[in-house]
Amino acid sequence: MSFSLDDVARLARLARIDIDADAANDVRAKLDAIFALIDALQAIDTAGIEPMAHAQNVTLPLREDIVTEGDERARYQQQAPAVAAGLYLVPRVIE
Amino acid sequence: MTTIGALSAALRARKVSSVELTREALSRVKSAQRTLNAFITIDEQGALDAARAADAALARGDGGALTGIPIAHKDVLMTAGLRTTCASRMLERFVAPYDAHVVARLREAGTVLVGKTNMDEFAMGSSTENSHFGPARNPWNTECVAGGSSGGSAVAVAAGLVPACTGTDTGGSIRQPAALSGICGLKPTYGLCSRYGLIAFASSLDTPGPLAHDALDCAFMLNAMAGHDARDSTSLARPAVDYVQALRANAGARPLVGLRIGLPSEYFGDGVDGEVAAAVDAALAELRKLGAVTVDIALPAVKYSVPVYYVIAPAEASSNLSRFDGVRYGHRAERYADLADMYKKTRAEGFGPEVKRRILVGTYVLSHGYYDAYYLKAQQVRRLIADDFQRAYGRCDVIAGPTTPTAAFCIGDKADDPVQMYLNDIFTVAANLTGMPAMSIPCGTTTGGLPIGLQLQANHFAEARLLQVAHRFQQVTDWHLRAPPARSKTTVADSHEAARATQP
Repeated sequence: MSFSLDDVARLARLARIDIDADAANDVRAKLDAIFALIDALQAIDTAGIEPMAHAQNVTLPLREDIVTEGDERARYQQQAPAVAAGLYLVPRVIE
Repeated sequence: MTTIGALSAALRARKVSSVELTREALSRVKSAQRTLNAFITIDEQGALDAARAADAALARGDGGALTGIPIAHKDVLMTAGLRTTCASRMLERFVAPYDAHVVARLREAGTVLVGKTNMDEFAMGSSTENSHFGPARNPWNTECVAGGSSGGSAVAVAAGLVPACTGTDTGGSIRQPAALSGICGLKPTYGLCSRYGLIAFASSLDTPGPLAHDALDCAFMLNAMAGHDARDSTSLARPAVDYVQALRANAGARPLVGLRIGLPSEYFGDGVDGEVAAAVDAALAELRKLGAVTVDIALPAVKYSVPVYYVIAPAEASSNLSRFDGVRYGHRAERYADLADMYKKTRAEGFGPEVKRRILVGTYVLSHGYYDAYYLKAQQVRRLIADDFQRAYGRCDVIAGPTTPTAAFCIGDKADDPVQMYLNDIFTVAANLTGMPAMSIPCGTTTGGLPIGLQLQANHFAEARLLQVAHRFQQVTDWHLRAPPARSKTTVADSHEAARATQP
């Protein structure tokens, strides 16, 4: 895998991270190096191997469907960059 | 060296108060900050309040083993009312609204929280150089890294600032800094300690655990930290084990008779520094003297554990860190054109280079058309690695080897080469991929005076066995008792600092 500057721009867009033109080439070179390491996996025959998503072979437990948490909105919103009337404020999306 | 065991006995004999211990710890922490940068936040008032409460409990006679002991938490664990930054600009001013489960458990056990320790940003790194607050420095040689990502916790213990700390281990982040700083670090079985309130990096790998001077102190900490928590769906309900009691039995002169130690050829190859290999061999000779036998084993797929890890961990990270968008908490860019621009600028400003890299890698391996080739493939090879370990544990009880291929390297040496940095994780990531417990204990020093770590691994829920092996080793060796030269320097600095502080 070898990355182009267009690939970097596409990933930056998907990841919602601004990467300016000065930094893009360094990012590209480092991604190339990281994928040279990762691409060692392509040589392994994994036909029929069940993917392992979790360290323990257990089923996730279900709990009673009851309310366990109180209303913490006011407390949590103290951390927010911008709130009004109990709502998180973001830039206008629809004109 | 002052251990939890010694301090706990002194506290209960009323030879010292928790307030006295806490004042001394705060003084050491503050004066070591210039040279070691082990802490991000120091909570002087909170610590003294907790110490007074601990002294009151001790006076009533209802304190436990940890009551009144000053400790510190890695700054990835939420501490109610106290700044929790993950060493990131993104959370530089974030005050945690609640306690992580392990933080609450250690509070209930009576520990005194003196502050939050430095780390690689969002626990991504192997040297604590990826901290927004600057690198933590190794007390054995302050030009060297302390290991990472729980580097501040390892430094705080190694330099004698506090007797124990929490850390978290996603690919070696407890064991590597423990090895490089000359202390003990235990990564428990995945699911033994709750991840509730641990700010997520890679959810299928993240594991909280203790860092301390010796196996007994790790056991004291683990007794408090382990236990089921319904708020973490991966927390497992298991009968409680008393890890301290497991170390109490008197087993005679050859306490490890019957123990089979597996030596994987993959852990003793060319990539290991000669002095590290020699120290590990000497430690194995000690373990044989205690009655253990060693058996050669093979873990053929383990050589793929670094590439597997650097697919799975970034994939999970890219998903987990999508929550940092400047809307509900954390940094928000000052200037932006619209909502999408706000996200992009907020994240560009808030995250450091390594965190961004891992988000980009994770985004790529999860993206349309590449998922099967990378993420699914990595999960399949993860299974092969886990199968190797299960097969090996049919022939041995623990697996031993070096924790890291080399002792601590110089700050800056690998900072611009992510792949070189990733290869530090070669011996540690497999335990996270398999969910199995592993610990690092000091087993030697290089001619340059830097510590070397021995890694012991075992099957799921065999923490007691790991701690027993480490404890027996520490009963006949003194590597864990050795103090770094910087600790005596710190003490000198302490007295100067204290003299200045008391001047009118």
